[in-house]
Amino acid sequence: MGRCELLVKCRGAGVLPKSTCHQAAGVGGAGSAWGWAHISLHSGLGAGGTGLLTGRLKRQRSGSGAEGVRVMAVRAGGHNQAEMNGLKEKVLTLDTMNACVKRVEYAVRGPIVLRALELEQELRQGVKKPFTEVIRANIGDAHAMGQKPITFLRQVLALCVHPGLLNSPDFPEDAKRRAESILQACGGHSLGAYSNSSGIQPIREHVAQYIQRRDGGIPADPNNIFLSTGASDAIVTVLKLLVAGEGRCRTGVLIPIPQYPLYSAALAELNAVQVDYYLDEDRAWALDVAELRRALCQARGHCRPRALCIINPGNPTGQVQTRECIEAVIRFAFEERLFLMADEVYQDNVYAEGSQFHSFKKVLMEMGPPYSTQQELASFHSVSKGYMGECGLRGGYVEVVNMDPAVQQQMQKLMSVRLCPPLPGQVVLDIVVSPPEPSDPSFTQFQAEKQAVLAELAAKAKLTEQVFNEVPGIRCNPVQGAMYSFPRIQLPPRAIHRAKELGLAPDMFFCLRLLEETGICVVPGSGFGQREGTYHFRMTILPAMEKLRPLLEKLSQFHAKFTREYS
Amino acid sequence: MQRAAALVRRGCCPGPPGPWRRCRSSAAAEAPAVLQVRPERSRRERILTLESMNPQVKAVEYAVRGPIVLKAGEIELELQRGIKKPFTEVIRANIGDAQAMGQQPITFLRQVMALCTYPNLLDSPSFPEDAKKRARRILQACGGNSLGSYSASQGVNCIREDVAAYITRRDGGVPADPDNIYLTTGASDGITTILKILVSGGGKSRTGVMIPIPQYPLYSAVISELGAVQVNYYLDEENCWALNVQELRRAVREAKEHCDPKVLCIINPGNPTGQVQSRKCIEDVIHFAWEEKLFLLADEKVLSELGPEYSSNVELASFHSTSKGYMGECGYRGGYMEVINLHPEIKGQLVKLLSVRLCPPVSGQAAMDIVVNPPGPGEESFEQFIREKESVLSNLAAKAKLTEDLFNQVPGIRCNPLQGAMYAFPQILLPPRAVEAAQAHNMAPDMFYCMKLLEETGICVVPGSGFGQREGTYHFRMTILPPVEKLKTVLQRVKDFHIQFLGEFA
Repeated sequence: MGRCELLVKCRGAGVLPKSTCHQAAGVGGAGSAWGWAHISLHSGLGAGGTGLLTGRLKRQRSGSGAEGVRVMAVRAGGHNQAEMNGLKEKVLTLDTMNACVKRVEYAVRGPIVLRALELEQELRQGVKKPFTEVIRANIGDAHAMGQKPITFLRQVLALCVHPGLLNSPDFPEDAKRRAESILQACGGHSLGAYSNSSGIQPIREHVAQYIQRRDGGIPADPNNIFLSTGASDAIVTVLKLLVAGEGRCRTGVLIPIPQYPLYSAALAELNAVQVDYYLDEDRAWALDVAELRRALCQARGHCRPRALCIINPGNPTGQVQTRECIEAVIRFAFEERLFLMADEVYQDNVYAEGSQFHSFKKVLMEMGPPYSTQQELASFHSVSKGYMGECGLRGGYVEVVNMDPAVQQQMQKLMSVRLCPPLPGQVVLDIVVSPPEPSDPSFTQFQAEKQAVLAELAAKAKLTEQVFNEVPGIRCNPVQGAMYSFPRIQLPPRAIHRAKELGLAPDMFFCLRLLEETGICVVPGSGFGQREGTYHFRMTILPAMEKLRPLLEKLSQFHAKFTREYS
Repeated sequence: MQRAAALVRRGCCPGPPGPWRRCRSSAAAEAPAVLQVRPERSRRERILTLESMNPQVKAVEYAVRGPIVLKAGEIELELQRGIKKPFTEVIRANIGDAQAMGQQPITFLRQVMALCTYPNLLDSPSFPEDAKKRARRILQACGGNSLGSYSASQGVNCIREDVAAYITRRDGGVPADPDNIYLTTGASDGITTILKILVSGGGKSRTGVMIPIPQYPLYSAVISELGAVQVNYYLDEENCWALNVQELRRAVREAKEHCDPKVLCIINPGNPTGQVQSRKCIEDVIHFAWEEKLFLLADEKVLSELGPEYSSNVELASFHSTSKGYMGECGYRGGYMEVINLHPEIKGQLVKLLSVRLCPPVSGQAAMDIVVNPPGPGEESFEQFIREKESVLSNLAAKAKLTEDLFNQVPGIRCNPLQGAMYAFPQILLPPRAVEAAQAHNMAPDMFYCMKLLEETGICVVPGSGFGQREGTYHFRMTILPPVEKLKTVLQRVKDFHIQFLGEFA
């Protein structure tokens, strides 16, 4: 009998909500909140384990029926307490705040990650655990997992940051030339000046040239490129433009399920209508136009669907779309008058044999009129993924195609309110889109570093798929691209029952136990959305090779043990 | 001027709906007539158009980067192409962008940044030890010891601790809690985030946000975008732009008839107005906010000294940035927000909201760290750091004085003292004929004036109408950032232009 202490999310005026709020497919579900309340409960879970499970979970049923639940302290502070002390109620409370913001959820950095942080703290304080380190396989953060930055990229950035180094013999000539030309384009020749709101002009030109090379010569216009603070920033900006109307005329946006929860979070914040279309797990997460049509038809009953988001290569699902599929999607979007948003931040991360990245822009242009001249498209890229993994510098861009020029001016205006994207991120993007040429002194090293990262990722993708598929009760589609596996896990009915008693989504329960017992931090599938009754988790393939194998084995053993425990 | 007028019509101020114009009636904008003018017959209507887009985004205006700045860009291109103008360069005095105006970065800051960016330099003898020490400390707090990792959404822990220690020192020992510090992407990001959480309700219970007039247009832009209600309170120009609680009271009373005023924004030192609030004034504002149950977006320093009733209750968020001060590191987009007396559940909501954007740029966080944790006495870089810092600040002080003095010598220009910030916001008297001419061009009179100033002298300043001003008064905002010699020339040219303008429209 383990004693289990849970920090459970609750909302409202100090009474734990009685209703269960499932973390079901429609991530960003109704009325959930992010305030914590302490609940201490005695339970029969974790038999044989440490038994002490502390988690910060989504708003869940405290389960008045669940045995042994005892509310310790409902809230840490708050207006009730203030009232008791004879003080005024706060201006800003869960009840008075922006209701749309309250609905926002973001599992990749949600409760399970906060718990991982706590565990790390406990380890540092010398608390004994059945593991010695927390492995954060929850987020695509390559450098944090030990991947080394690309040397040339950091050399140029250091030279830009501290131009005194331009005289140093320790830096190659091509890095210096590059830094000088970037600084030439900066106000006062300094990274400390604001840039144009849409980014430094020559960098936008380099991005356009890069796209043109990538797409086999199909031209890109620098005026259609907007640099951004990571891809997230640009995605939110485009969504912001699209959202309008009230009631049944409110903008609906189609997103894949499973999805990257930035989409559901942004839609919740903007009070737009999330329209789910399901990827087909049995066909390696393929996108099926019939399913798009189903989702659209159903949505038209209650909102006005105006945009379709595609994530290719898929996050969290790792599939790479075929050219035929992309063509079908474009035809569908055109017929149904949907603005296309193509999230292509993993375009350099394609591993599987026979898989190839096709950009929506290229396919669109090759389809010819009326598609190429009329279909509106925004495509996103970032410096956080690929082989560079420069997440912290927050660089990215969006290319818009066939956008109304007046709307494009509106986008420019909206971006100008935030002044400009961070200059270091713009510099990194410049190098990613125009890397050293074969004649440059840094070429060989740059290519070697890039290929090493990508080759290792490909090997890790393969290994992950193999190991998972050897485990009874785990089934993993091929990781064709991106940097995640999203295996499906079978959970025994008793485990599901137990999770429900605790007011947890079953896969959240599994992931929490996994974290507590092995130190491995992965994100439950419910945070991304999944078909009712199926359970998954997302794990990055980023840990170093020598760590990844034991990690996969540990995870498999845990699953077996968990299954035994509840069968 | 015709082209300028066209630009403004396409863009800003009074005139037909354009991208920069506040367009209140979306019903009017949806009139079918608009659709019929589409030229291409074969092309069907786009999905995303001015008519179908988010009306709140359409309503956003941001003068600091508005039509006059676009025009300045066009003129620069023309100069590059060799087109003759009565000037040889455009001087961008529209935005507080110090390094673009030639201010040199603080050496120590850039040294630490370079070390963090390219840690191989930690072995280089050409960097001082104190810079290396800071870089190591920052890197140790980063995942994988790299600026390329995401940080916690709230910011790197040790940097938040340094910010808290800095605030504690600045405020004479009043403690700040690192848990209340949120690093942000410039101050704009923090302001937007907290307003986002605050805005709720519909109709008459929609959140009202009180902002000073003149204001920094970030506030009005965010209020538009969020569909909140802007509640203006006027600063007293006759009284060096002082804030008067009577005026706050008037504004809140009138606002209560049509919205729920919940937030009071204070900009101190003022932007664009440059006044520095007295302690007495700040106390009055806090009392007022407490009585009226307003969330304060302001400066927290005085709060703690007003006794527990206030210090443990008044909810407040205050903002800082690497972009201003003596460092002027705008491009790094570093900043922080400190929140006081925030409901613990709301803090959870704040972290959640910030987490969706993953993290503020880590390079900007590192820059913020150096601002709050500069070299101390006894450290190798201390003297040079202080020298550079003092030089920037004393230079700015001299330029503030120079600007005020020179403007006040011009007939028809009146300029309040520049007590702080980095802008002058002089009032200009425009002759009735100039006002008429502006109206004929469908432009706000001060926009007309500023456009002419730009076209005839190359000096780019922002019209007061972009910040808000009392009806019938006209101003412009000009930064005091150009180097002293250049600033003198600029001021002289503004003076000559103004006199000529008065003559032309007398």
